[in-house]
Amino acid sequence: MTPGLHSFLPRPRPRPRLPRAPAWRVLLLAAALVVAHGGHAAPAPVDDSLEARLAACTTCHGREGRAAPDGYHPRIAGKPAQYLFHQLLNFRDGRRHYGPMVALLEPLPDAYLREIAGHFAALELPYPPPPRVDVPPALLERGRRLALEGEATRQLPACAACHGAALTGMLPATPGLLGLPRDYVAAQLGAWRAGQRRAHAPDCMAEIVRRLGPGDVAAVSAWLAAQPVPQPVRIEAPTAAFRAPLRCGAAEQGR
Amino acid sequence: MMRRRRFVRAGATWLITIGALVGAVFWLDRLPAGDAAPAAPAAVAEAELVARGAYLARVANCAGCHTARGGAPLAGGRALATPFGVVFAGNLTPDPATGLGSWSADDFWRALHLGRGRDGRRLVPAFPYTETTRMTRADSDALFAWLRTLPPASVPARPHELRGVYGTQLALAAWRVFFFRPGVWQDDPGRSAEWNRGAYLVNGAGHCAACHGGRNLLGAAGDDFAGGFLPTGEGYAPSLARADQAGVHDWPLEEVMALLRYGAAPRGRATGPMAEVVRGSTSHLSDADLRAMAVYLQSLPHEAAPPRRPIERDEPAREHAARGARVYADHCAACHGSTGEGGATPDGRLVIPALAGQRAVTLDPPANLVRSIAHGGFGIASAREPRPWGMPPFAHVLSDEEIAAVATFLRQAWGADAAPVSAPEVARWRGRALD
Repeated sequence: MTPGLHSFLPRPRPRPRLPRAPAWRVLLLAAALVVAHGGHAAPAPVDDSLEARLAACTTCHGREGRAAPDGYHPRIAGKPAQYLFHQLLNFRDGRRHYGPMVALLEPLPDAYLREIAGHFAALELPYPPPPRVDVPPALLERGRRLALEGEATRQLPACAACHGAALTGMLPATPGLLGLPRDYVAAQLGAWRAGQRRAHAPDCMAEIVRRLGPGDVAAVSAWLAAQPVPQPVRIEAPTAAFRAPLRCGAAEQGR
Repeated sequence: MMRRRRFVRAGATWLITIGALVGAVFWLDRLPAGDAAPAAPAAVAEAELVARGAYLARVANCAGCHTARGGAPLAGGRALATPFGVVFAGNLTPDPATGLGSWSADDFWRALHLGRGRDGRRLVPAFPYTETTRMTRADSDALFAWLRTLPPASVPARPHELRGVYGTQLALAAWRVFFFRPGVWQDDPGRSAEWNRGAYLVNGAGHCAACHGGRNLLGAAGDDFAGGFLPTGEGYAPSLARADQAGVHDWPLEEVMALLRYGAAPRGRATGPMAEVVRGSTSHLSDADLRAMAVYLQSLPHEAAPPRRPIERDEPAREHAARGARVYADHCAACHGSTGEGGATPDGRLVIPALAGQRAVTLDPPANLVRSIAHGGFGIASAREPRPWGMPPFAHVLSDEEIAAVATFLRQAWGADAAPVSAPEVARWRGRALD
């Protein structure tokens, strides 16, 4: 402060002295007040970030959306943004059914869901090596054929026809199939068959699941879960010549 | 012969008695003569009428029940699980076959005011006609005019699945004899226009008592806002008359308005079904109407809290709370702070609620606290906070015993002195998340 400015400030007036309580009494009173008021300390500092807002997602989907070790909650980090956005809408609007997801998403508007999807899609995290899948080699081989070659006689396209040659997903809205728990993949195919999971019409996965035979779900989910995820993960962009074997509402909406 | 005659006579007596009772019930609940009050003068321009109707639909939160998840707006289909069975909300769009397409404004008024369908049948009181009966004919006509502008959706009504006799006309008539008095809200000339407006909104279209009135064994809501468990099992609607529950008598008016506008105020937050009400209804109302509601709510008669039972402080009780303290440190303190002080952004917005000294924590019964811990939830998106913070669900992370322990800890920490919570209580109250 400059000396000149100082002279403009009002002089402190001498105050009448109040009788002073001993210091220990004042301290005791203050402590008692704090206790009586439940110790209202100043609020803890919180980041004003999207990550801080989304703690509700990561207790189940793992830190940064890496997938939890329970074998059911899927990894969400690094999936196509449009795919994640569609799933958030599907839960909120009654096309997918899982109570905790529905309850969390019910109040959220589209714009925020789009941001949430973008946040997790943009995370690039290394995948851990796949867990050992303990099934007969014949079942794995059957799963491999279904995933990579399909079966023309049953009009079953290969997973790779839409989910990318490396099965790591196709832009804009088709998810990768690797790095997911086996139970999760099997449960999703089962849910489609039971009408418990739906996607935007025309629902191509519902049609494909209808064409699957007994044992196909176990085979393909086991093989998918046993594959390592290529690093770095690349989500394929469809070429101009790409023709989907079936019409998919979700993929068409994303375009 | 004698015996047979006596038998016949006894039977006849019974038949006549029952017949007379049934007749009396239906006579007491008859349609009043000239029930269609004169329609509002047509001086109001159609566009203005429709706009007012749209606003009233917000006040009444019609979509809260009449719009199914992901369904066409107001096309019905949402299921309400009540203690008497499942009730399905009807289709209010102007579809002629399945909606209100063939209804007139008189029919609609009769539904809102008298709780009767177009064919005169008594409607189930899950539809809160016990409150909408207080709406004026002009407001009924405005609401109807707005409903006529919705795109018609063909969604057939699902018949209610009520148990036993509950859905019969006789049972409904008897219920109405006891619990339903039709009548438009009459302003109290001794009160301000603002108070009367607030009372009209709260007791009429807003139908706050449907939850906060508590319900008796026959599902009838009281009119003293004494609070009670929601019949749908979604938690406890606290009393609006008690300072230790949700009474707002001593709040600054602005804080009451903030709670209704944003679902968050310095001394409380809307969670669960109330958050849904804020989102679907009160956040859309005008400042003047929120202020009127706040003025009215502050004028409700005080009700004293019943004396608390003394709290057990024996060894098992202390161990229970100590376990809760450990759960809190592991799972809660990172966001809510080590002394329950909540979390604020660098610019000072309290985005993570404080827990110390909050009546939402010490509320008896602690059903909502248990539900918050089990199911978590996001705050309400608003112009002020378009990207709300979210609390994770812990139902699959913590056992009932752990939820009980941490709830007990919170209710007794930092100067609080509320009753403990046990694992069986958690099992009873946590319920399921939506599906």
